Parts: sequence; C-alpha cells; structure tokens
Amino acid sequence: MKIKSTIIVDTFAEAFKMYGSRFIITAETKEWAMAAAQSITGFATSVIGCKCEAGIESIIDANDSPDLRPGVSVLMFAMDAESLGKRLMERIGQCVMTCPTTACYNGLYEGSSVIVGGQLRYFGDGHQISKVLGGSKLWRIPVMDGEFLVDDKFKVQESVGGGNLLILGKDQKATLKAASAATKAMRELSDIILPFPNGVVRSGSKVGSKYKKLIASTNDAYCPTLRGVVENSELDDGINSVLEIVIDGLTLEAVEQAMRVGAIAAAKPGIKKISAGNYGGGLGQYHIHLHKLGLEA
Amino acid sequence: MALKLKLHTKPEVPLEADCICPDRMQSLSLAEIENLTVFHGNRQVPLKDFFECSGDFDGEIDIEGDLVDVKHIASTMSFGKITVSGNVGVHTGAAMSGGEIIIEGDTSDWVGPEMLGGRITIKGNAGHMVGSGYRGSTIGMQGGEIIVHGNVKNETGHVMRRGLIVVGGNSGDFTGVNMVAGTIIVLGEMGIRPGAGMKRGSIICQTKTELLPTFTKSCDYQPSFLRHYFKYLQSLGLTINDSLMNSPFERWCGDSIELNRGEILLYAGK
Repeated sequence: MKIKSTIIVDTFAEAFKMYGSRFIITAETKEWAMAAAQSITGFATSVIGCKCEAGIESIIDANDSPDLRPGVSVLMFAMDAESLGKRLMERIGQCVMTCPTTACYNGLYEGSSVIVGGQLRYFGDGHQISKVLGGSKLWRIPVMDGEFLVDDKFKVQESVGGGNLLILGKDQKATLKAASAATKAMRELSDIILPFPNGVVRSGSKVGSKYKKLIASTNDAYCPTLRGVVENSELDDGINSVLEIVIDGLTLEAVEQAMRVGAIAAAKPGIKKISAGNYGGGLGQYHIHLHKLGLEA
Repeated sequence: MALKLKLHTKPEVPLEADCICPDRMQSLSLAEIENLTVFHGNRQVPLKDFFECSGDFDGEIDIEGDLVDVKHIASTMSFGKITVSGNVGVHTGAAMSGGEIIIEGDTSDWVGPEMLGGRITIKGNAGHMVGSGYRGSTIGMQGGEIIVHGNVKNETGHVMRRGLIVVGGNSGDFTGVNMVAGTIIVLGEMGIRPGAGMKRGSIICQTKTELLPTFTKSCDYQPSFLRHYFKYLQSLGLTINDSLMNSPFERWCGDSIELNRGEILLYAGK
C-alpha cells in the first residue's frame, strides 16, 4: 500500500489498555490557564518513567468553559484507575492549585470516579468550603490570591495508550517536517493527546535490554546508525532518520482516527515508509493495523 | 401521556392534597386516582370532588387551576415531574427528595420546607419561609434546588443545611437566618438582617445591603465558583448581567455570634 510515493508497511501498532481522564483548567487569562496546563503535562511522556502520560487536548473558549473563563482541556493516562487518581491528586495539587487564578474541573461524564478535590481540600486546613451544584461537589480552598476551586471527584475511563506511527525518512529534515505536519493535523482531533515533546519521540524503545535492570532500551532496529551492526534492522538503504508519534486516546476509535490523519499528513516527499511499533503482538490488548485504517480512501 | 388534573371546584377552606404526588399515583388506574383521599377542612373527600382527572400517569402530572388553597402538593415526592399552570398553596414540595416541580404562577408560604433533593422552579413569586425548616427544627432544607424567578418574603432558607435557593428578584428580611450551610443567591435586593445567626453557608446578593455588626469584611475578590454558579443559573433560564459575572464581590464573614464560618458576598461593582 502506498500514499503518493510513501510505502505503508503492512504491520500494526500494539496499543495498551490504560485509564484516562479529562480535566479542564480555567484561569483569568488563557496564558495562566496554559501555564498550569504546561506545568501539569510536564514530565508526563511515558508511563514507564513518569508514572503517567499527559498532554493538552484543546484550548477552550471562555463561553464553553465551566466558569466562563478561558480554559485548557488536558488528558491524562495511567495503567490503572487507582494510580491515575494518585497522579491527578499530586499533579493538580502541585501544578494547578499553585498557579494564580486557576480552577480545575472534571471533564468526563462516564466511567468510575477518583477523589481529587476531596483530598486536596485538606490543604485548606479546615477553612475549605464545599459546594454542591448540579449534583457535583466542588471544593473552595482558600489560597493567597483568593480561592482554588476544584471538583471533588474526577471521572476516569478505560482508554487506549500507545497507538503509534513510525515515520521513516530520507533525512532528518524531511522526517521532522513530516512529523510536524502529522502532529499538526492530529492535534485538531479531540479525545487524543500526543504525550511526547511537541508530539514527537525520537528515542523509540524495545522491550528489555542487555542490562538486566533495564526494562526497555533503544529500538535498535530503527536506529539508522546501527544498520549493519544489528541483525534485525528494519531500515533500507536511503532511510537515514526515523521519528515516532505516540497517541493516547479516550477510545480506540479516537486513536485509530488520529493514526489515519497522521499517516496521511506525514506521507510527504522524502518519506520512504510509514510503519508502526509493536512487540510481536503478545503484550498489547489492541492491534491497530495500518492497512485497516482506510488509508487508501 | 401525562396525567392531567384540572381544578373544577374552588375549595371553601384549605384542601390538603398530599396525594397529588407521583409516588402515590404511580401504578394506579385513573379511577383509583380519582378516589384518592384529600382533606377538605376536616372532611375526607375523594380527589374527584375538586379535580377533573384525565390521561394516564407516566411519571408526569400537569395541574391546571388556581391552587392557592391547595396544600401539600408533592409532599415527599421522590421522582417524576409536576407542572402547575397557576398558583399553589402552602407546603408545596415539603420534604421532597427528587423529581421536579414547575410552578408557572406564585406560591404561598413554606415552599420546599425541609426539602432533601430535586428541584422546584417558581416562575412567579413565593411567600415566606422558602426552603426552611419547620418551627423547632434545627435543620431545614438538606439538598436540591429552589429557583424563584420573582420575589420571596421573609426567612428564606431558615436553618438550611445544604442545597441551593435562587431568588431572581428581591428577598425579604432574615434571608438565611440561622443557616447551617448551603447557598442562597439573591439577584435583587435583600431585606434587613441577612444571615443572622448563620453558622456556615453562602449568601450572595447583587446589591449592597447593610449587614449586622457581627459580620466582618474579609476582602474584595472575584470568586471563581460564582461564575460557575452563574453559568448554571443561565442554563436554568435566569438572566445574569455581564457586570455581575465580571465584577468583584465584598466578602463578609459571620455570624460571629455563631461559628463565624458563614459568608455573605455582596456585589462590589459600580
């Protein structure tokens, strides 16, 4: 299969069941809302090293936000509901409550609940105030610029993490350009995030290592400097740079749609192949086949 | 199809009709509904003596007529919907725990006393003791919402513990008196001595009001939770001015003769 001159490899992305949450950060200005969103999504690229994966889903117009102030929608994912609840509590406490003028609201309406504001309230040292509106409880925690408003509970739902595309290009410049085009197109979609820096990861990994303590190590099959060194290189002559885009989504359909949009946008001159990363199919619950994404259309 | 009740005979003395409630009418035939007992003064009579009944009960009841002398409509209601195209009498929605009551006209005193949940919407005005506790009770309204588009009289939210009362117009004296917790929003003016004896809870008012000397001013600030509330009220059909949305409020804490954990937020815009 090809898109223009780019070969679409007949393989699949191996994705995992995760738990995801959506929350809305609002503030007096979009700059402060974004500052909190960038802070809370920092060091949240891979669940292996960061305990969670997070990213900015979209900018929310003041008219559409819960308190009619500018907002940012953030998605966060972890391997189970309990650990996601802990990450939400830690990160909202350290990155949103600390940011001037912000408030933080649950943005999902399905799934199970984890207590977030109900734990952060203790920071109020007894001066916190609860409010119930429309069936949901909020906490008003006194802080030095006024109050931090946070939902008592946040919803978490089964989600999909680790959808991915590998972009194999003739050189770094062409590959970077294609990856940027892909992430730009994918960011227009809802229900997904791209957790790595600017949506792109260069240090793709394989399971295991020659070093016993490491559970993951560099994906040598896709490292251009190792072609001729390792036996399992996947790189043909003329492929000198590979970049990966990882997608986490609230639903499998959202991840598939993002991969479809990303692959089409990345198929540019200078891109030899578009592939996907997997571990042989034995680890992830979801196998997303590139040839079944409807790319021919 | 909703069950329709039309008042055909105006009662000479107050009519106690707590049977007009989804909880009591569900699974009854029309004939059984017509024969439900109401109290006309001290006389027990069937509902059909005062109401013409038609339709089938499907969770909704539509009532027509001036019910100003009909008491206890929807007492202890837990589900369903009642729409009254007219006025209603005292104790409407008493101890209600769920469902919705919409009153197109006015209500007498004691609407939603000791309410636990659900929503009562009054398109007109309401009387005294909206969402209050009965005399002697230490806890009044414990949940739910009462939305009054017009004015209310005295002691709104007396000993209220949880829930939301919104007054689109003015409220009388002693708004939130002895309030334990919960939220009262008055979009017009409040009478004298709001929050007297309040322990916790929030009273929010669009106009400045003289407060009791046992309240202390904390600060001027823009509470983000209020915008959240105002957006919610807009979704319920209430008009919220932009100036209210974007202006600071004076925060007064009190009542210091009690816990001093309550607050009165007064619009501080120009």
